[in-house]
Amino acid sequence: MTTMKRKLRSDRVFEIINFIFLFFILIIVLYPLVYVISASISDPVYVNQGTMWLYPRGITFEGYQRVFQNPEIWSGYRNTILYTVAGTAINLLFTVPGAYALSRKDLKGRGIMMGLIVFTMFFGGGLIPSFLLVSWLGMLNTVWALLIPNAVAVYNLIICRTFFQTNIPKELQESAEIDGCSNTVLFLKIVLPLSAPIIAVMALYYGVTHWNSYFSAIIYLKDRSLYPLQLILREILVQNQMNDTMLMTGDDMEAMAKQARIADIIKYAVMIVSSLPIIVIYPFMQRFFMKGVLIGSVKG
Amino acid sequence: MTAKTLLAAKSIERGLRKSRWKTVLKNWELYIFVLPTMAYFIIFHYFPLYGLQIAFRDYAPSSGIWNSPWVGLEHLRRFFDSYYFWDLIGNTVGISLYEMIVGFPIPIIIALALNELKNGAFKKWVQTVTYAPHFISVVVMSGMIIAFLSPGTGLVNLAIKALGGEPVQFLGEPGWFKSVFVLSGVWQSMGWGTIIYLAALAGVDPQQHEAAMIDGATRMKRIWHINLPSILPTMVILLILNVGSFMSVGFEKVFLLQNPLNLESSDVISTYVYRSGLVQGQFSFSAAIGLFNSVINFILLLTVNRIAKRVNETSLW
Repeated sequence: MTTMKRKLRSDRVFEIINFIFLFFILIIVLYPLVYVISASISDPVYVNQGTMWLYPRGITFEGYQRVFQNPEIWSGYRNTILYTVAGTAINLLFTVPGAYALSRKDLKGRGIMMGLIVFTMFFGGGLIPSFLLVSWLGMLNTVWALLIPNAVAVYNLIICRTFFQTNIPKELQESAEIDGCSNTVLFLKIVLPLSAPIIAVMALYYGVTHWNSYFSAIIYLKDRSLYPLQLILREILVQNQMNDTMLMTGDDMEAMAKQARIADIIKYAVMIVSSLPIIVIYPFMQRFFMKGVLIGSVKG
Repeated sequence: MTAKTLLAAKSIERGLRKSRWKTVLKNWELYIFVLPTMAYFIIFHYFPLYGLQIAFRDYAPSSGIWNSPWVGLEHLRRFFDSYYFWDLIGNTVGISLYEMIVGFPIPIIIALALNELKNGAFKKWVQTVTYAPHFISVVVMSGMIIAFLSPGTGLVNLAIKALGGEPVQFLGEPGWFKSVFVLSGVWQSMGWGTIIYLAALAGVDPQQHEAAMIDGATRMKRIWHINLPSILPTMVILLILNVGSFMSVGFEKVFLLQNPLNLESSDVISTYVYRSGLVQGQFSFSAAIGLFNSVINFILLLTVNRIAKRVNETSLW
């Protein structure tokens, strides 16, 4: 009886410490996020003084106004949406049928093919040969350079293949064969409808990657009108360049000081604006990305 | 072997080959499915490997790969002898090691702690919030770091000043770069890193815990002797994968946070390859550096995989 009580007490202590630890982690992650949101709608004076530290103070939407006044934000947004939609469609087209075929044990040569694919995860030609290839293919400064060279991610292909291997019963294929159903019909009419969860996961993973990517655009694009949102963001957030549509022009000291203050709030606003689609769909996608990782962690 | 058996063996072999062809032919559509995928890998991953030979040539765009003259190991030698060589190696290895030592255990600890919360609202909250930074783009992340660390108006320096300290030029002092890079990375990825461990922990047999409880094992003891060993294979696999990219420190964030003031401690091999190759147009030289980097990565991967196989019987292949 006494040992039982002692155990319960030590459990209680453990639970309290555990709770405090996780609460601490929660605050560490949450605080900067809340701060960015609050700073984006606060009067820059309070933000710069440090008197805005949690709740927004002196609420103003000037930052957002300036962001939306910038035509490049709009064109960047439009381009990114375009690249994300087209890119994800290409990703799915290259990944899903391939992963299905590679999941079939009766595909002769699949071992060799998987070997070739997995090897590229660990060894590659690197930046320069890839760049030269893209330029020989005439893709430089075209949208294709952002879409085709990243058509398949090995990790996603493996997740997808593992899903087909573990979730599509072999009997399905056998009975379809007996009914004289071709592989194409089997894939389109039977396998795909059963695979909605994995296709959603793939679309999500690829979609987020396209939305956030900027490096291909840096290397392959020259034409500013093709720039995705992340490149415009880089200029504003990292290189500190803003064009006159965002900042007011004025030569006197006061105007310049005001500009500097506004520049900061514009930065916080632009962080939110660019992440908005992800923020909006995040609650819906959460159960999907969990699923994706769970499927992927099954050894295949 | 008599002629008869030889003939029989031959015909069996022929029969096998025939049946193999039969299955290939029966499944011809599957080959069409896999064709675009394979074509993609051959063109976009194997062709660059072939193109790597420019690392041993003096590539000039006008003459192309095949007609550029061979120069052997000249470019590698130049890299080894260059003034930056040890700085680049030191920074690359330093950041990777730092990242591994700090970043690797944290998700494991959080996952073990989360696992002890039995499906409450609090658990969901912690998970939802800590996964979120994973979806922030590198550009926004770098923007946040720059804004938070700004000496005049950044959150961190405002806090330092409020506590009576002197503001620090975090991104202007080489000594701070590695910590800024690694700790911000930990912030961004620690929650996401727990998912895979939580999945592994979900597979632990509850009977083991019951048995241990009857034997009088405390909570800590059970975590240590049951939960930790059960996620060990997952840990080893992730560790091997980490080592496999040891020499390629996250180029994107380094590149974004780099500035002339911190270059001394922020320049890593991948950023150097980008600068010398694409900015300065020394294609062969930087292809050689890239090759050097990949080879080291690959050797590390093979080594760690072999060690893991021997010690722990867990390996990538």
